[in-house]
Amino acid sequence: MEHYLSLFVRSIFVENMALSLFLGMCTFLAVSKKVKTAMGLGVAVIVVLGISVPVNQIIYVNILAPGALAWAGFPEADLSFLNFLTFIGVIAALVQILEMSLDKFFPALYNALGIFLPLITVNCAIFGGVAFAVQREYNLTESVVYGVGSGIGWAIAIVLLAAVREKLKYADMPDGVRGLGSVFMIAGLMALGFQSFTGIQL
Amino acid sequence: MADTKEMKKALFGPIMDNNPIALQVLGICSALAITTKLETALVMSLALTSVVAFSNLFISLIRNQIPSSVRIIIQMTIIASLVIVVDQILKAYSYEISKQLSVFVGLIITNCIVMGRAEAYAMKSPPLMSFLDGIGNGLGYSFILVVIGTIKELFGFGTILGFEILPLVQNGGWYQGNGLLILPFSSFFLIGGMIWVIRTLRPEQVEPKE
Repeated sequence: MEHYLSLFVRSIFVENMALSLFLGMCTFLAVSKKVKTAMGLGVAVIVVLGISVPVNQIIYVNILAPGALAWAGFPEADLSFLNFLTFIGVIAALVQILEMSLDKFFPALYNALGIFLPLITVNCAIFGGVAFAVQREYNLTESVVYGVGSGIGWAIAIVLLAAVREKLKYADMPDGVRGLGSVFMIAGLMALGFQSFTGIQL
Repeated sequence: MADTKEMKKALFGPIMDNNPIALQVLGICSALAITTKLETALVMSLALTSVVAFSNLFISLIRNQIPSSVRIIIQMTIIASLVIVVDQILKAYSYEISKQLSVFVGLIITNCIVMGRAEAYAMKSPPLMSFLDGIGNGLGYSFILVVIGTIKELFGFGTILGFEILPLVQNGGWYQGNGLLILPFSSFFLIGGMIWVIRTLRPEQVEPKE
C-alpha cells in the first residue's frame, strides 16, 4: 500500500508530466486561457491516461514483449518493434470514443475543446505516460496508479497556469510579449518552482 | 501546376509569418526537452521534417477515401509507421544519437505539428501542396530548434557541435558557463523571448487586447 501511495505522490509532484518532463505542452499552453476549460481538459486527460496506461500495459506484456507469445506457441516471437504503432492505435481509439460521447452528452464542453480534442491523441502526456509505464515495467496495479497520478499532476499544472493567466489578463504588457510569449515565461517560472520537488523521497 | 507564388507561400510562410511553434502553438514538447545540444536539435529537426512532409503527402493522397469518423486512427497509423521507419534508420546509421534522443523519436508521433498539419491542411489540399506545406512547417520548427540549441550550447557549455568556442573556467579558460541554460526549462524563457522578437518584427501577429 505504501509503495502505491509513494508512486502516486511521485507521479503527481516529483515527475509532473507538464512541468518536470515537459510533456503535453501544446495543449497545456493553448487551452489554458480559462480555468473552466482547463479543468474540463484536465479531467479528460485523467480519464484517457487512467484507461490507456493499464490497457497498453496489458497488451505489451501479453502480446508484444519478447517471448510473450509463448502461450500461443511462438516462444521466439519478438513484436516489440510494433510498440509505437500499437500504443498510438489504442490511444486513438479511446480518444475517438471519448469524442463521440462528449459530442452526444456534453456538447458545450465539446465545442469549447474544439480542435484540441483530437489533439489529445497526440498529447505527448498520454503517449509519454504509456511509454514510461512500459519502459519501467510496472505491473497492472502500478500502471493504474501511475496513469491516474500523472493525469492528476497534469490537470493540476494546467489549472494552475489557467488561474495565473486569468489574473494576468489585465496586466499591461509590451505588445510583442502579450499572449503566447508571456505564457511561456509564466510556465518557465512554474517549472522553476516544481524543480524544487526533485529529490523528495517518501 | 499550381502557381509558383502559392507554392512559395506554402514552403516559406511557416518560417516567419506562420511559425508552427511561435504562432500555432504546436510541437513544443520536443522543442523544450532536447535542445540542450545543437547536434541533437539538428537530427531531431531532420527527422521531424521528413515525417511531416511524407505524412502530409500520403494523407493528402488518400484524403477523399478517409471516412471522417475514423480519420484520427488512419492518420495516426500512417504517422506511426513513418516514425518507426525513421527510428529504425537512426538506430542503423547513427546509434549514438538515437540513444541520446531515446523516447523523443517515438514522441514525434505525438508531436502536434504532424497531426495538426494533417488535420488542418493535408485533409483539404492536393498532394504536392501538402508535401511543400509539410517541408515548410518542418523548416519553421527547425528554425526555432536550431536557434535555441545554439544559444543553449554556446552559453551553457561554451561549445558549438562539440567544438570549444568559449573556453570554460573549469578547463582553464575564461568563460563562466551559464548554469540556468543547462537546465531544460530555460527553453521556456528563450522561446518566450523569440516570440517577442518575431512579433516585434511582424506586428500583425500581436494578439489583440481582450
